[in-house]
Amino acid sequence: MSGRDHHKPFGLARSGGIEGLSDAAAMHVVTQWLNRLGLRGRGLVIGIPYFWYLLFFLIPFVFVLKIALSEAAYSVPPFTDLTEWAEGALKITLNLANFDYIFSDSLYVTAYLNSVRIAAISTLLTLLVGYPMAYAIARAERSWRAPLLMLVILPFWTSFLIRVYAWMSLLQDNGLVNSVLMNIGIIDSPIRILNTDFAVFLGIVYSYLPFMILPLYSTLEKMDLSLLEAAEDLGCRPFKAFWRITLPLSLPGIIAGCLLVFIPAVGEFVIPELLGGPDTLMIGKVLWQEFFSNRDWPVASAVAIALLLLLVIPIMIFQHVQAKQQEAEKR
Amino acid sequence: MVQTAQQVRQQPKKPDAKEPWLDPQATPYVRIENVSKHFGDFVAVDNVSLDIYRGELFSLLGGSGCGKTTLLRMLAGFEQPTSGKIYIDGVDMSNIPPYERPVNMMFQSYALFPHMTVEANVAFGLHQDRVPKDEIDRRVTEVLELVQLVSFRKRRPHQLSGGQRQRVALARALVKRPKLLLLDEPLGALDRKLREKTQFELVNIQEEVGITFVMVTHDQEEAMTMSTRFSVMNAGKIVQTGTPAEVYEYPNTRFSAEFIGSINLFEGHMVIDEADHAVIEAPEAGCQIMISHGITGTVGSRVWVGVRPEKMKISKAVPALENEYNLLSGKVIEIAYLGDISIFHVTLKSGKNIRVTAPNVSRYSVDSITWGDEVWVHWNADAGVVLYT
Repeated sequence: MSGRDHHKPFGLARSGGIEGLSDAAAMHVVTQWLNRLGLRGRGLVIGIPYFWYLLFFLIPFVFVLKIALSEAAYSVPPFTDLTEWAEGALKITLNLANFDYIFSDSLYVTAYLNSVRIAAISTLLTLLVGYPMAYAIARAERSWRAPLLMLVILPFWTSFLIRVYAWMSLLQDNGLVNSVLMNIGIIDSPIRILNTDFAVFLGIVYSYLPFMILPLYSTLEKMDLSLLEAAEDLGCRPFKAFWRITLPLSLPGIIAGCLLVFIPAVGEFVIPELLGGPDTLMIGKVLWQEFFSNRDWPVASAVAIALLLLLVIPIMIFQHVQAKQQEAEKR
Repeated sequence: MVQTAQQVRQQPKKPDAKEPWLDPQATPYVRIENVSKHFGDFVAVDNVSLDIYRGELFSLLGGSGCGKTTLLRMLAGFEQPTSGKIYIDGVDMSNIPPYERPVNMMFQSYALFPHMTVEANVAFGLHQDRVPKDEIDRRVTEVLELVQLVSFRKRRPHQLSGGQRQRVALARALVKRPKLLLLDEPLGALDRKLREKTQFELVNIQEEVGITFVMVTHDQEEAMTMSTRFSVMNAGKIVQTGTPAEVYEYPNTRFSAEFIGSINLFEGHMVIDEADHAVIEAPEAGCQIMISHGITGTVGSRVWVGVRPEKMKISKAVPALENEYNLLSGKVIEIAYLGDISIFHVTLKSGKNIRVTAPNVSRYSVDSITWGDEVWVHWNADAGVVLYT
């Protein structure tokens, strides 16, 4: 692609006359400038989202990093500057104490590990609930699939917060769940469901189920059913054929679904805050407390950065799997 | 009147081992008895009875929706007959699920397991039977040698060409040494050149392993070149079953005559009905048609006479004949030069178009027929076949 071609669309905007000519000239300058940056055609299309990320993700992240490397102070904003001008010398102070602190205080490490544990268990539960659902939808009559998928996505049309609040009222001691269980006679007195880890698992499974079902559905739906017939034809019972054929072939969907649930679940704040108990320690909650209760922005930022680093690994696995899947689909 | 063409042909023939269907004493290996399959209101297979003998390469031939694939899937056990029974080697298959049948299938899409190597694909069926590991290795190698894929054993299906995949699918179906191997359009996904080569390969492999093959195809050429016998199917019913030569030379209906190869059909009625010959008045042809053997029916009954294009002779000069029978005149409107043969489309006086083929024997012909030529078309009294429906 030559740069010349790209002048043409701009040339079309020419309205004629001296004014138009200057417009075109201005455009020409802009185009040349973009070309020099290597942003032309395809580059421009990719460039815009990258620019977006730069502006709204990377720059804020640099701010957070900056705060994480400062010290807490009683001021507005509540942290010290990293740079200082003193008698013609630029002094840069990088305070690593916050990181040292979060790794030495068992609270943070425990919260991390607990977040990973809760996210992992909930992911597994979501998979166990989501797989049969995705399987059933993928194997339903073609005309039923779209409405069934719609039903899976439907809860998204209501605010996430409202749905979690709804679970609070369902799970409380005199809530619907307890009263139904008592009426059937399974329990005599209300059991404590709300403010337990169980409620957190329930909340996460409920909230993230569509993220599990959608990728699972897409891999299961694509599967060639004659493979199962072939397995059966070769002497494999249907149940075994599921383990030998369907499950391995849906592995990309399982991995994608698990990561889509696990990654946000680790940093989840709303669900443990509203449904979890006081001892449900999750890193998202700790982060909130550091920011808003303790007003220790530097430590909170350090927690945020550590959390990000912790999540980068599964995100990279996810990207790798996705790239491999796309490659396989091209064939 | 007393003897039909079929009877004439069959009487002198003695059954031999290669043609068990001619022996009334022979027991069929696969017996399909009054099998029907309904999908809701739709009748996919309509009261089909068929005997297939051991070692045959039998084809089910027909257009899409004729029920051939449904019949094959009932043999595999993927569909249950609505009524009727299927016996394989004397065993009633009614309540036997696919995974317990002594039958393997080669799928149209090949259905190779994409997450397994060639070797694992082929070994899959043996693992299900808990065959000892060293025997699995030996048998997989053996069958991969048969299909010439030993060096590809560690590859995945997506790393193979279409022809190689087809052979993996064949190997996977063969390795269990089934009593019956079912092939669903086995060559459908291959290009023309490869298809012709593979046709012969398949036949050779079938003869080598001695397994009974039942193949589904819509390609009449495939059925003709490969099969010992085949059935022509239409609308869920079997129209005709026979060897390729039988079906081609002695079609029993207009459907099977037109489905296999091409044929010129003349509608008419019988005017002379003798034991050793018959004459049919066919206004479409513009002449009387002589048949050199007796036919069933009476004077006046409505029949169709079919004549294959290659059994007709075309010439510009009036052929010297003893009588006026089987002689048409018309004008050449189209010529298709295929190299080895030429196809002439001739319009008769009645307006009917016929098709005549002639081999291109010499490279240069002074007297060659060209567009617009008035020509004469003639065939021998034994070339025509009389059809009643």
